[in-house]
Amino acid sequence: MSTDTTAPLLHASGVIMRFGGLTAVRNVELTVNPGEIVGLIGPNGAGKTTFFNCLTGLYVPTEGSVTYRGKVLPPKPHLVTAAGIARTFQNIRLFPNMTVLENVLVGGHTRTKEGLFSALLRGPGFKRAEKAARDKAMELLEFTGLAHKADHLSRNLPYGEQRKLEIARALASDPGLLLLDEPTAGMNPQETRATEELVFAIRDRGIAVLVIEHDMRFIFNLCDRVAVLVQGEKLVEGTPDTVQSDERVIAAYIGTPMEDDPGQAEAAEVEAAEAATRTGTPAAGTTTDEEEQR
Amino acid sequence: MNTTTGRPAVPAGTARVITAAGALATAGSTLLAWTYTSAYPGNLTVYGYPGGLQLLTLASGLITLALALAALGVKGLRWLAPAGTTKALRLSALAGLGTTWFTVVSIAATLGGLVHLEPGAWVAAAASAVPVAGAFLLPDDTRAPAATRELGSWAEILIIVAAFGAGLYVITYGIDTEYGELFTGYLITVGLTAAALSKSGLIARLNALTAKHRTVTVGAAFAAAAAFPFTQTSDQYTSVAANILIFATVALGLNVVVGLAGLLDLGYVAFLGVGAYAAALVSGSPASPFDVHLPFWAAVLVGATASLVFGVVIGAPTLRLRGDYLAIVTLGFGEIFRIAVNNMDGSSGPNITGGPNGVPNIPDLVILGYDFGQPHDIGGITLGRFANYYLLMLVFTAVVVLVFARANNSRIGRAWVAIREDETAATAMGINTFRLKLMAFALGAALAGLAGTVQAHVSYTVVPEQYLFAGPVPPNSAFLLAAVILGGMGTISGPLLGASLLYLIPAKLQFMQDYQLLLFGLALVLLMRFRPEGLIADRRKQLEFHEDTAPPTVPDQKTPDETAGLTKAGA
Ligand SMILES: Nc1ncnc2c1ncn2[C@@H]1O[C@H](COP(=O)(O)OP(=O)(O)OP(=O)(O)O)[C@@H](O)[C@H]1O
Ligand SMILES: [Mg+2]
Repeated sequence: MSTDTTAPLLHASGVIMRFGGLTAVRNVELTVNPGEIVGLIGPNGAGKTTFFNCLTGLYVPTEGSVTYRGKVLPPKPHLVTAAGIARTFQNIRLFPNMTVLENVLVGGHTRTKEGLFSALLRGPGFKRAEKAARDKAMELLEFTGLAHKADHLSRNLPYGEQRKLEIARALASDPGLLLLDEPTAGMNPQETRATEELVFAIRDRGIAVLVIEHDMRFIFNLCDRVAVLVQGEKLVEGTPDTVQSDERVIAAYIGTPMEDDPGQAEAAEVEAAEAATRTGTPAAGTTTDEEEQR
Repeated sequence: MNTTTGRPAVPAGTARVITAAGALATAGSTLLAWTYTSAYPGNLTVYGYPGGLQLLTLASGLITLALALAALGVKGLRWLAPAGTTKALRLSALAGLGTTWFTVVSIAATLGGLVHLEPGAWVAAAASAVPVAGAFLLPDDTRAPAATRELGSWAEILIIVAAFGAGLYVITYGIDTEYGELFTGYLITVGLTAAALSKSGLIARLNALTAKHRTVTVGAAFAAAAAFPFTQTSDQYTSVAANILIFATVALGLNVVVGLAGLLDLGYVAFLGVGAYAAALVSGSPASPFDVHLPFWAAVLVGATASLVFGVVIGAPTLRLRGDYLAIVTLGFGEIFRIAVNNMDGSSGPNITGGPNGVPNIPDLVILGYDFGQPHDIGGITLGRFANYYLLMLVFTAVVVLVFARANNSRIGRAWVAIREDETAATAMGINTFRLKLMAFALGAALAGLAGTVQAHVSYTVVPEQYLFAGPVPPNSAFLLAAVILGGMGTISGPLLGASLLYLIPAKLQFMQDYQLLLFGLALVLLMRFRPEGLIADRRKQLEFHEDTAPPTVPDQKTPDETAGLTKAGA
C-alpha cells in the first residue's frame, strides 16, 4: 500500500455536468489517494451516478477536468478503463447470455492483446495468452467466491452473485481505482457484510476504491473518507465521524424542521400541492435515464 | 392410471403395443397399391414393392416401430430414447400420419377424386392413425438421460461416421427429389422425425459425442459433404447443391455480423456482388474493360479485398452510431450498389460493369491443369462442371467455417458478443466498440466477397439483378438474414441449415412461387413466436428465450462446440 499522499491517484476538479437546464453535478472537487477507500453519499438524485459517469468517460463533463495519476483522462470509456479505472453499475449490466467466466474474460479485454489474425492462425502465442487469461479470470472468480459458477450463464445467477460478478469483471482490467455504484443494493445483511470484507480485500490488493452507497453503516465501517453530494454540490467531506455528526448532512437526508409555525406552513404547502394536482399542473419531474450514453 | 388428466385408463403397456402394431401396419401398408394409375408420380401401383412417397411412409413407420419397441423395453433398442419415449413416439407417429395422409389427399386431388384410391390407400390412412392414437394415450415418461456407458473412442468415432453417413443420405434424398409432392412429404417426414429424435434425447447424445471428438466430427462433416457429387449421376442436382453452398457460406459470413456482433445488415448481398464483380472483371471476360486474366487465387484476393474495402468505407461512418442507423444505411447501400452497377454501362456512366447485361462469358477456371468446365472421371464416377465447382466451393465453405469458429472462440469473438449483449457495458470494460464493430463488419464483407468470386465463375455471368434486397432466387439480403435467423444466430450449423431450407423449398415447390414471400413472412412470424432462437440454438441463446422451461444448466464440456450440429447441414 502506498502512503504517498502527495500524489493523488484521482483528482477531479470543478466538474460540472448539465443536461439542458438541469445541472446534475455542480463544481465538484474530489481526490482519491492510493490505497484509500472513499465513500460518496447523498440523497436520491443527488448526482452521484452522474459524477461517476463523468469520471469514466460515459459522459463528457460540461466543464472541469479529471486526472488519473497526473494525466488528464481521455473522454472515452474504453480509454479510461485502459488507463486503470474500472467500474460497476448501479443497475447491473452484465452480459446476460455469456457465462460467468466469459464475463470476466471480457473484463480483461484491455489487458490482453491477441487480435483477429492471431485468433485465426492459433499459433502457440495465442494458446498461451488464452490460457493465461483464463487462469487469471479463474483466480478472480476464486477471489470473489464465484469459481463454482464459472460455467453458468450470468443471467441465471442470484442477485447478490451478479453484483459480485460485476466486481470480478471490473477487477479483470487490473485497475488502480475501482468505482462501485451501490454494490450492496438489494443484498441481505449477511451479503452486505461479505461485500464489506470483499472491498477490504480489494484494497489490500493495492486498489483504491470509490464507493457510492445508501447503506450508512456499510459506508461508515468501510471508508477512510466520505464525501456528501446534495443536489449536485459537494456539501461536506471528511472522516466518517465528522460527516456523521454534521448537521447539514442530517438536514439533507431528513429535511430541516420549519421555523416559526411549522404546522400552518406545512398545511398550506400540502394544500397548494393538492390544488396543483387537481388542476392537472404537472409537478416538476425529470426522467432518469441513467447511463444511456449520448 | 392417468386419472388426473381424464384420459381413458388404458395401461401404458397396452398403449405401447397398440402403437407398435399400428406402426408395423403402417409400414406394411406401403407394400399395397395405393392407386391404380401411374399418372400420379412415383408409381404407387405396385404390390409388394413401395415406391415414391410410400418409401417415406415406410421409413417413418419403421422408425415409430423401433421407438415403440424401445418403449416396450426391447433389449438393444433402448439407446434410441435416452430421454424418454412418449414425446418422441407422438412426433414420430405424427410424421407417419402426416406423410401418409398428405399422400392420400394429394393422390385424390391430383387425379380428381377419391375413386382413384385403391383399398391400400385406405388401409394406410387408417393404419397410420393407430400409432398416433396409441402414443397420445401414453403417460409422459420424459426423464433425465442416464449416464452413458463408456464406449471406447473407436466405437464413438464409428457412430459419428455412421451418423454423418445417414445425414448425407437424408440430405441427398432431399436434393434429389424429383417432384414437389415428394419434397413436401420429405419435409413432413424429416421435420417431424428430427423433432422426435431430438425429444428422445438421441440428438443430444450425438451432440455430446461430436463435442468430444471435434476433429473427427468436422472431418466427417466435410467428407460427407464432399461425397455428395459422387452420389449423383447428372449435373442436375449438383448445380442446386453448388448454389446452396454459395448461399450457405454467405449466410455464415452474415452470421459474424448479425449473430456475433449484433449489427443488423440489410444490404449484405452487395458485398457478395462486389466480390463477384471484382473477380469477374479481372478473370478474362471479353466484356470486361480490363484486359487481364489473373490466376484464380489472385482473383479471389481481388474480390475479397474489394469487398473488405467497401465494408470499411460503409462501416466507418455508420458504425459510430447506435441503433437502427446501420440497418437503414446498409439497406441503402445495397440498393446503391445494384443501381450503380446497373448504370455503369457506358451510356449513363463509365463503361465498367456492362450495365444490365452484366459481365458475361466468364471463362471457366483451370487450376493446376484441372479444367472446371469439363467433366472428369474420378473412380468411375463422372464429375460434371457443377460438381467441380461444388467441390471448390466446399473448400471456401470450410475456410469460412474455420474463420467463424476461431474468431468466435477468442478474445475478439467474446468482445463482439459483449457488444451485442450490452454496448455500454462493453465500452466500460475497455472495448473499443467502434473498432470491433468495424472489424466484424469488414470480416463479414470479406467473407461474402470470397464467396462471390466463386459465384461469378459458377454462374458464368454476373448481372445486377442477382443482388436484390428481396427477390425470388436466393441469395438476396432478405433471404440471407432469414437464413441466419431461421437457422439460429451465432451458430455454424444454423445458417447452413437455414440456407439449405430456404434454397430448396422455393426450388422444389414451384407452385408456391407466387406466394413465396407471403409464406416466408408467415413462417418467420411463427418461428419468432414458437422458437425465437432458431432451429439450432446457440448455447448462449438457448436460455434467453425459454426461461420458464430451462433450469440453469452447467454445460458438461468446457469448450463450446458450435460445429457439433453439422450433422443436420453437412451438405
Ligand atoms: N442522461 C441524463 N439526462 C438528463 N438528466 C439526467 C441524466 N442522467 C441523470 N440525470 C438527472 O441528474 C440527476 C442526478 O441523477 P443521478 O442518477 O446521478 O443521481 P444519484 O445520486 O445517482 O441518485 P440515486 O441515489 O437514486 O442513484 C437526476 O435528477 C437525474 O434525473
Ligand atoms: Mg445512482
